[in-house]
Amino acid sequence: MTTETLLTVDDFSVVYDVDPPVEAVRHVSLALRRGEILGLAGESGCGKTTLAYGIQRLLKPPAVITSGRAVLHDESGEDIDINALDADAMRAFRWDKVSMVFQGAMNALNPVASIGRQLEDVFLTHRPSMGRAERREECAGLLDLVGVGRERMRSYPHELSGGMRQRVMIAMAMALRPQLMIMDEPTTALDVLVQREILEQISDLRSKLGFSVIFITHDLPLLLEISDRIAVMKDGVIVELASALDIYSDAQHEYTRKLLSSFPSLTGERGDFIRGSESQEAAL
Amino acid sequence: MTTLDFRNVTKRYRVRGSGDMLALDDVSFSLTSGQTIALVGQSGSGKSTIAKILTQLERATSGEVLLDGEPIPHRGPGLRRYRQRVRMVFQDPFASLNPYHTIRHHLERPLRLDKVVPADQVEDEVRALLTRVRLDPDATIDRRPHELSGGQRQRVAIARALASRPELLIADEPVSMLDVSIRLGVLNLLADLQRESNLGVLYITHDLATARHFSDEIMVLHHGVVVERGPADDVILRAQHEYTRALRGASPDPDKHFADPSGRAVTRS
Repeated sequence: MTTETLLTVDDFSVVYDVDPPVEAVRHVSLALRRGEILGLAGESGCGKTTLAYGIQRLLKPPAVITSGRAVLHDESGEDIDINALDADAMRAFRWDKVSMVFQGAMNALNPVASIGRQLEDVFLTHRPSMGRAERREECAGLLDLVGVGRERMRSYPHELSGGMRQRVMIAMAMALRPQLMIMDEPTTALDVLVQREILEQISDLRSKLGFSVIFITHDLPLLLEISDRIAVMKDGVIVELASALDIYSDAQHEYTRKLLSSFPSLTGERGDFIRGSESQEAAL
Repeated sequence: MTTLDFRNVTKRYRVRGSGDMLALDDVSFSLTSGQTIALVGQSGSGKSTIAKILTQLERATSGEVLLDGEPIPHRGPGLRRYRQRVRMVFQDPFASLNPYHTIRHHLERPLRLDKVVPADQVEDEVRALLTRVRLDPDATIDRRPHELSGGQRQRVAIARALASRPELLIADEPVSMLDVSIRLGVLNLLADLQRESNLGVLYITHDLATARHFSDEIMVLHHGVVVERGPADDVILRAQHEYTRALRGASPDPDKHFADPSGRAVTRS
């Protein structure tokens, strides 16, 4: 990881224009470094997914970006203001520079097309000049890279387990070698053994290929292990942003400490879990 | 003192085209009043099959389930009586409550159907149940599920399970759908209720950390076989079976992650 900045988010706000309007993201600023894994932690409704979608302009009405901008500092040296791109430029930008692994992505594959064909679609759209043989080879290589194996090119999604399907989605998100991958709860639906394998794979690929990751989840213990820095979000505001170690050992904000104490330690003390004493009324 | 015995239970599912699927292979355990057993394992290990057999939504292929020495009736009033004594709390409080009905209705139904209290005391009992799960009766009783938060809904689901005054509670992933900051509140509530009413609880989960702190004993299920069981701390801290160790190794554990090479954990302030 370098100290070079890949993405600058400045004073970013998103409002859902309903009655009454909901300020889902409020004046968020952050700088993501090249090659960094940034964890975005928070609970349902805190605005973490809205922020991630907003950066890529994936939000639909009634969501409105009311202030701020997101600028990607491209490896070519050019600064791309994502809000200023026209429709064609936006289409070319997405997946090429920034890709996304969605929540429940493993159910996002087309059930009636082989995974090889779905991977090829990425190249057909974004690299139309690429020859067929080269395209096939790229897809096969991607499946090898994420540990699915090229022999599964002709498999259909239902023939793969949930973990395999999630790897296919990661392969797809990596296809164009984006500089940033945004992952929204990519392992929440998987069980711990599969989750661990996929997390290790993401870490490996990050070291190999040098992309940055914004990793969104409510699972703070998991973020502590895989992230370089962690941003904790509540009510549309980033209440704390610090290195994983600082969040773990020296959390400043009360909400961060509350989140930390919500996870009893696997091998250590019980934390706030006090069996046999009164429940915390505050928990409501 | 109530004892539920799960004796040498095997369950096979017929799978079209590919022979049988062995979901449970000779599983035995007993659950008694006042005891909490955690059942852990990854998806497909057979956890939910055990819950389904215990609630008689499925029948065992072989082996038997005994409540105080008596086999569970498969139908009729006997089964109804059994289900009154052994209750289930489901994973998803968004799906397990009926959106058309008020909270009052949800709690009145079991009270009336099982004739737990005389008709003129039903209202008081509903309020008492809500108080037991730490909800404000006046603020909750006339609401519908969508007007409550996930944690409040799960509390209603727990109140409903307690309405018929069960002796044993089967809780299948009762907090995994809830936001993290309210999970411990709901688990602590279950622990309190368990102590107050001397309930036996089977806590089904994939989360080793809460299993360790919430239960007396842990059983680890892998491909339908109990591979390890014992006191909670022993199973987690001194796991014998390779699979238990694999599960523990895969679970996020920041304390270990940040422990420095000398073996001392970095202290959390």
